Formats: sequence, structure tokens, C-alpha cells
Amino acid sequence: MTTEIQVTPKSVVRQEPGVTIRERRLGSITGYSGTPDELVKISLAGQLVERERSFTQAGTCSSFCATLQLSLIQDAVVINHAPAGCSGDFPMFNLYNRYGQGKRKLDQTSARLITTNLNEHDTIFGATGKLLEAIHKAYSTYHPRAIFVTASCTSGIIGEDLESTLDEAEEELGIPIASVSCEGFRSQVWATGWDAAYSAILRKIVRPAKIRRPESINIITFIGEDYFSELLRPLGLVPDLIVPFTKIEQLETVSEAGATAQMCSTLGTYFAAGLEKQYGVPEIKSPPPYGLTGTDMWLRELAHITGKDDIVEQFIAAERNAIEPELEKLKKRFAGVKAFVAAGPSHGHSSMEILQDLGMELVGSCMFHHDAKLDHGDPAGDTLRAATTGSGRMTYSVCNKQSFELVNLLRRLKPDLVIVRHPSLAVSVAKLGIPACFVDDEHLGLGYRGLIRYGKKIADWFRNPAIERNLSRHSALPYTRWWLEQQPFSMLGGEV
Amino acid sequence: MSTTVEQPRQFCTLGGQQSVVAIERAIPIVHGGPGCSNKLFSGMAFFNGFQGSGYAGGNAVPGTNSCEKEIVFGGETRLREVIDGALKVMDGDLFVVLTGCTADLVGDDTATVVSEYRERGVPIVHASTGGFKGNNYRGHELVAEAIIDQYLQPAPKVIPNLVNVWSVLPYQDTFWAGNLQAIRQLLEGLGLQVNILFGHDSGGIEAWKKIPAAAFNIVLSPWTGVSIAEKLEQRFGTPYLHYPVLPIGAVETSRFLRSAGEFAHLQSTQVERYIEKQEAYFYHYLDRSADFFMEMRWDLPAQFINISDSFYSLGISRFLVNELGLKPGRQFITDNPPEIFLDGLVNQFATLADKVSAKVTFTHDGGEIAKTLRSEVFDQPPLVIGTSWDRDLAKQIGGYHLSIALPITDRLVLDRAYVGYAGGLRLVEDIYGAVLGTY
Repeated sequence: MTTEIQVTPKSVVRQEPGVTIRERRLGSITGYSGTPDELVKISLAGQLVERERSFTQAGTCSSFCATLQLSLIQDAVVINHAPAGCSGDFPMFNLYNRYGQGKRKLDQTSARLITTNLNEHDTIFGATGKLLEAIHKAYSTYHPRAIFVTASCTSGIIGEDLESTLDEAEEELGIPIASVSCEGFRSQVWATGWDAAYSAILRKIVRPAKIRRPESINIITFIGEDYFSELLRPLGLVPDLIVPFTKIEQLETVSEAGATAQMCSTLGTYFAAGLEKQYGVPEIKSPPPYGLTGTDMWLRELAHITGKDDIVEQFIAAERNAIEPELEKLKKRFAGVKAFVAAGPSHGHSSMEILQDLGMELVGSCMFHHDAKLDHGDPAGDTLRAATTGSGRMTYSVCNKQSFELVNLLRRLKPDLVIVRHPSLAVSVAKLGIPACFVDDEHLGLGYRGLIRYGKKIADWFRNPAIERNLSRHSALPYTRWWLEQQPFSMLGGEV
Repeated sequence: MSTTVEQPRQFCTLGGQQSVVAIERAIPIVHGGPGCSNKLFSGMAFFNGFQGSGYAGGNAVPGTNSCEKEIVFGGETRLREVIDGALKVMDGDLFVVLTGCTADLVGDDTATVVSEYRERGVPIVHASTGGFKGNNYRGHELVAEAIIDQYLQPAPKVIPNLVNVWSVLPYQDTFWAGNLQAIRQLLEGLGLQVNILFGHDSGGIEAWKKIPAAAFNIVLSPWTGVSIAEKLEQRFGTPYLHYPVLPIGAVETSRFLRSAGEFAHLQSTQVERYIEKQEAYFYHYLDRSADFFMEMRWDLPAQFINISDSFYSLGISRFLVNELGLKPGRQFITDNPPEIFLDGLVNQFATLADKVSAKVTFTHDGGEIAKTLRSEVFDQPPLVIGTSWDRDLAKQIGGYHLSIALPITDRLVLDRAYVGYAGGLRLVEDIYGAVLGTY
């Protein structure tokens, strides 16, 4: 891994609102069936093409991803400019907020979310008046430090002029009010929603650095606990977990940090590259610190960028040493266990590294999309390649949580264990009688000690799969016998 | 009236998707954007008592995941492709195509596409549920009306004593599964044959086919479902009984059963015998709670505030006033009842019992609810019966809190019922469990 700061493509950060969707920006796809080796090769060669499915099951949209990040900022308000149904995910964000606040010993409060509740009249006559009403309501109720307005299919199709409305309100209220271009129909890759949220933060919140805080490391995350301190503090570095559970003030100064890293390269690719390009904060481009080799490489790059080369090797050796006996025990426990990962890239790739380090055999994986490249453009950051060195010929697919494909595939591969990282997929796995571990805290497996934590957690779940056994005996899956006899990816169109 | 909404307690017409999921072996097909179906599953099922995905809900729902191509060039071709796939892949008895905002805004002729399949004998119907058209209470009606209009055939003869029940909304009512079972048991107790239509062991497509053969329909609901019953009356000449109060506890349940018995021309001795037995059960346990109420009443909340739809606001108010003697505070009704039902509802609250009335506010905006309650003065800690959104508010006004309506994220709900005699007892247990839990 080169430690020089890569020059990022000019197109990464656009100053005007909106963000180029991943299909066009990163060559991302949602349909593929083959092997990791082949996918890495054709991605690098720029030959990756989307294979569209004839039949699909309902997916997820960008607005969900964008709102997940933004609604957890503690002193902001998110307004969804949409019909009421798009606020179906508000209760989820509320629970995440309270659950995360509880874990962080913060006061528990409800998430601050408003829908403009667009109706038929609004689709004909426009609804910028209602949007302004919502902004005023948000301001007078919460006195937020910023307001984010997330777009919807409806606001997009009827051509709502968000920008001039928001500019007007911003001038009146004197706080940043940012539009978030996350209309569901814009992209099949829901991760585009992260980019839309980060684009809003980069445009409206982050300020040029007045000072430098080289010891502070931005870590772009979801809602997991702070296990990053274990890796950073011994090197004299301090993790700054962003964006969930931050305040606007904290986000304003992320430009002062010594580097930006992320728990998942596909989550923060736009944000990390933007911070580097706009504010000169170097991005750690190595795959995130999961698994032994992954953590080694990540730490070395971090140490190099922050001037800690002299102490990092000692730290690595000591940590590896410390976990050795327990890791050996876990490897014995998991020897011969066949595992499968269903998750988003790149965290799914990180999970693949962990499972292999724990001594399991990976029999296949399915990721919700694939980015042909990341915004930083450095192939050395390829998380799939890093995770499949030596296992590059397994069954690998890209499938945006099409459970009909997953169920079909798992019936063939018959793994002993499936790791899942997206809501409501684990249940389809469990109904097949296969132990399904839904990884709720994505940081649990972080670094060296995380391998042990993760291994113990899985061993506990794996010990007695009674609930899966009961489900497989008594629950029906909604698929025809005909379908279960077809090849799992026979609904994928096009030719590779 | 449409306003901006904080802390939503209901969603859009496409929420009718969950009513389809509640029909055994029925498969929804969502022709809309990529996120609609999952958001509605999330808000109505998962983060609402952690009701599961069921047979063909959650991630199993077929959908077109419409994108720019379908917006610009229309989505009919894509819809055909997904229906073709669904008929092969999904093992179901009835397919219901529901449109989202994208399809309805760009003007896809979904009705024609779907009718082509129907003409080939496929059991498939279409409901135009673009989210901007209304809330999911209306969405539930649209789904039922679509099946009635496009799928049902007149029955050769009426089955005496067969009754179709239109009551609480699947999934929107977190306790729907238990409540519908309870209603079925109550009416079966009178000797009726009950077509409950949604939920476990409700009979799926065969039960729906029997709808035209029913002797009558019962709309056990303040307003939702009245339009369904009217449609059935027009199309099949089936009369209906509209009983606007969700019956919770002995007083209301007995009153409901007498109305149903009378409407069905059942012998009153038969009805009374059943009622007597059920009331004995209910009052046996009320008797057991007497020590608790008499000893603990000093600090128990005397005043209650409901923040829920018209089913629960009215049903629970009547129960707490008539059965336990509590004092009603302001009642919030969150399901946007159509204009024509408003006076009736206000009147119901004005006559909860002799000399007992309650003020009603119709709103589904958490912001307005909070503002209203914060401006009121409470002499004693009130009991707030609402949703998980209302926990902070209850605390701020110094009250006790129980979640009984969408969204519920502080309880796991399986087959619990609040309807009927036993349901009233469950509600008493839950209310006072929540109060005792704070000691």
C-alpha cells in the first residue's frame, strides 16, 4: 500500500447540490454472479457492466441511507419533503437514536424528524410553502444548529425548487439549511444516499481549518460502539467518530483532523475523498482494520500519515501476541465450519476476513452492490481483493438483497453459518434452518481484539441453533418449487 | 387537511401493502420506487411491536424498484416483467399490484396491464395507492375494494349466519392479529360463522371468495371499512351493521354482541347466555383486582389521555370511563377521519357516560400534540396512552406512559388482544404494569 496521498479524481466533490449517482461515478452495479478474482479483474479493467434482473423484490432507497446518517446528528433536524409513506423509516431512526444515546450515556430523546406530508394537491400546485412551514416549525421547536431537507421521488418528479426555498430560509434564520438529493428513483445503489448526506455536510457544514489537530482522526461510521480507541490511543491518536451522535460544531471542524478513516470503505468514500480534496485531510485508503492482515496494513498506513512509524510495529506485535492463545482456541472451535456472508461491501469483505482468520471456510458471499472503484481511485484500497487473497475462486455474487436468490443459493451451498448485515434478511436464512448471525454492532470485530470478541459472540449463537431448527420445521418460504430448482441467478439478464 | 407532520403515526395509501400481507398466501407486488415497500414494512410492521415479515412481506415483496428509466419512459414494460417473474417465483394464491407515487405520477396504465393478466385467468388485482393520495387507513380500504371489484363473483346463495368482519387494520393496529381472533371468538360464541379475512387461519383466498355469500357484514370500526361495506351492499346486496366503538371490556363488548345478535336475528336467550358467561369471567378478575385498586388508588393516575387512532381513542376511553371510573383528559385522534365522520366521533366523546365527556383534537402531528399538552395544567400525573413517540412527552408533563399504537418500539407484540372481555383485562394489566414499573 502506498502511503503517499493520492490525487483524487476531480469529479469527486461537486460544489453544487446533488451528487453524481454511484452507477455513473464509481461504475457500481447490483447484479453479478461469479468469483471474487474475476470481479476484481474486470472492475480494474473497467469492463464491469450491470446485469439487470427481470424479476426483483423490493429494495431500499437512497433516502433511507441519507436520513440514517443525518437524523442521528444530535442538534440538527431532518425534514423529508415527501408524502407520509416515505416517513415509514422514522420510527427506526428514533429507536436507533435512543438506543445509541443509551449506549453513549447521553440523554435519551426522540429523533427530530418532520415530513411535509405531500398530498395530491401539492403534486399539482407545488409545496414549497409547506416546506417553509416545516422549516419554521423545526426552528421554533428545536432551535437546531442545522436543518437537512431530504428530497423524495415525488418532490423530484413534480420539480420542487428546493434550492431557492432553502436559500431564502437560510438567510432568514441564519443557520445552514441543506438540501439532500436522495430521490429514491435516482439510483439502484442505495449507498448513493450516504454520498448525498455527506455532500450536504461538505457543502454546508464543514468549515476550513483554523488550526490543525493532527492527533484527531475522523472515523466515518454507523452507530457502533467506540472500539477504535483500542487501536488509536496506544499510538497517541484520538478517534472522532462521525457522523452519527455528533453535534454540528464537531462536524464543522473535521477539516482540522490528521486523517480520515472509515469503518466501511463504501460508506464514507465520498466524504473521505471530499475531505482530502477540499481540506487536505489525508484519507487512509487501506481497507478498514478488520482481520489480522487488514489491521496490520491499516495501522501502518495510519502510523505513516500521522508520523507514528517508530511505534507502530511494536504495537502490532504486542497486540497480535496478546490475542494468540484465544485465537488458537477459537480456530479449533471453528475448524471445518462453512460460512457465508450476506452484507454490503466493504464491510461484508471485512466480515469475510474475520471469518477466515477465525478458521472458518468461506463457501460463498453475496454483497448488496459492487463499486468498480472508490472515490479515491486507488486500487490498493480494493477491499474485495484484500479479503479474498487465497479464496478468490469461491462463489461470489452481487445481489441487492434479493431474498429469492439468496434462499435459492443457500439451499445449494448449505453453509453452517451465515453472517448478515442488513435488516430483515436474517429471517429468510433462519427459516432454512441455517444459523444466521445479524451483526448489529459493526465495530465489534474491529482490530485484533475484535477477532476474539466476534469469535466468542458467534460461538455463543452457534452453540444452540434451536430457533433456526424450529423455524425450518414450522415456517414456509414463499417460493415455488419451480424457482428453487432453477439456477439462483437465472433471473439476471445480460452476459458477463 | 394536510399539514406537515412530526412523529408520524400513520403512513400513506401504499401501506395497504400490509393488508395484502395479512391475507394468507396473498402476494403484494409494488410498482414504485426502490424504497417504498421496505419503508412501509419498517414503519408498520417491524418498528411497530416487531411484527415480523410474515409469509410474503418484508424482503420477499416483489417490486419494480422503479428508477429514472421508468420515470422518463414509463414503467409498464418493467411492471409486466416483474409480474411475469412473480407468477413463476412466488408461491401465492392471489396477487395484488399496488402502485407507488412514481407510477401514479407518471401515469402508468397499471389497471390495463393487470387486467390483461386477469383476462388470462391469473388471480391478480390492482389498487391505485400512490402515496400522495391519502393515508394507509384509506389504503387498506382500497386493497379490499380492489379485490371486491376485480376478483369476487356473486354467490349462488347466501350462507345463513355467515358474517364478514371489517375492523382493525392489519399491522397498523399493532394488536390486530390478537384483536381479530378475539372478535372472531366473540361472534362465534353467538353461533355465527365468522369470516375474519386477515391473519392466521383466516382462510386466505377461499375466505375472500365467500364474501359475497355472507348474510351480512359487520363494520366494527369508527369509520374505516364503511366504504367497503357500502361497496358490498351495492354489488351483492349484503346488508351491514356499523358498530363504531371498538369493544374493550364487559360493558362495551356485551353491548356490541347484543347489537350483532339483534342484527343477525339471533334468539336473545342464546345471546344472553353467552354474554352472561363472559361477563362472569371478566368480573371475576375485576373482583381480584379490587384489592389492588382499593389499596393503591391514592397514587394511581386518575386522568387519562389517549393519543391514537379513532379505534383506540374511543374504545379505550369508553372502557376506562365505564369500567374503571377514570376521568378523561383531552383525547387525540390521529387517523384523519373523513369529514362526514367527525361530528359522530365528537358526539361519541361528548357522551362517554352519564355526565362524562371529553374534548377531542383531530391531529396526527406529534408537534401539535406536544404543544397542546404542554400548555395544559395537570393537578395529578396523567396516564398517557399512545405511541413510543410519546414517552418523552409523558415524562415532561409528569405522567405515566403506555404504548398501544403505531409506532411501538418499546414492546414486542405477538397475539395480545385488547378487544373483548379478556382484552379489557389485558389492557388493565398493561396500564397498571406500566405504572407499577416506575415505582
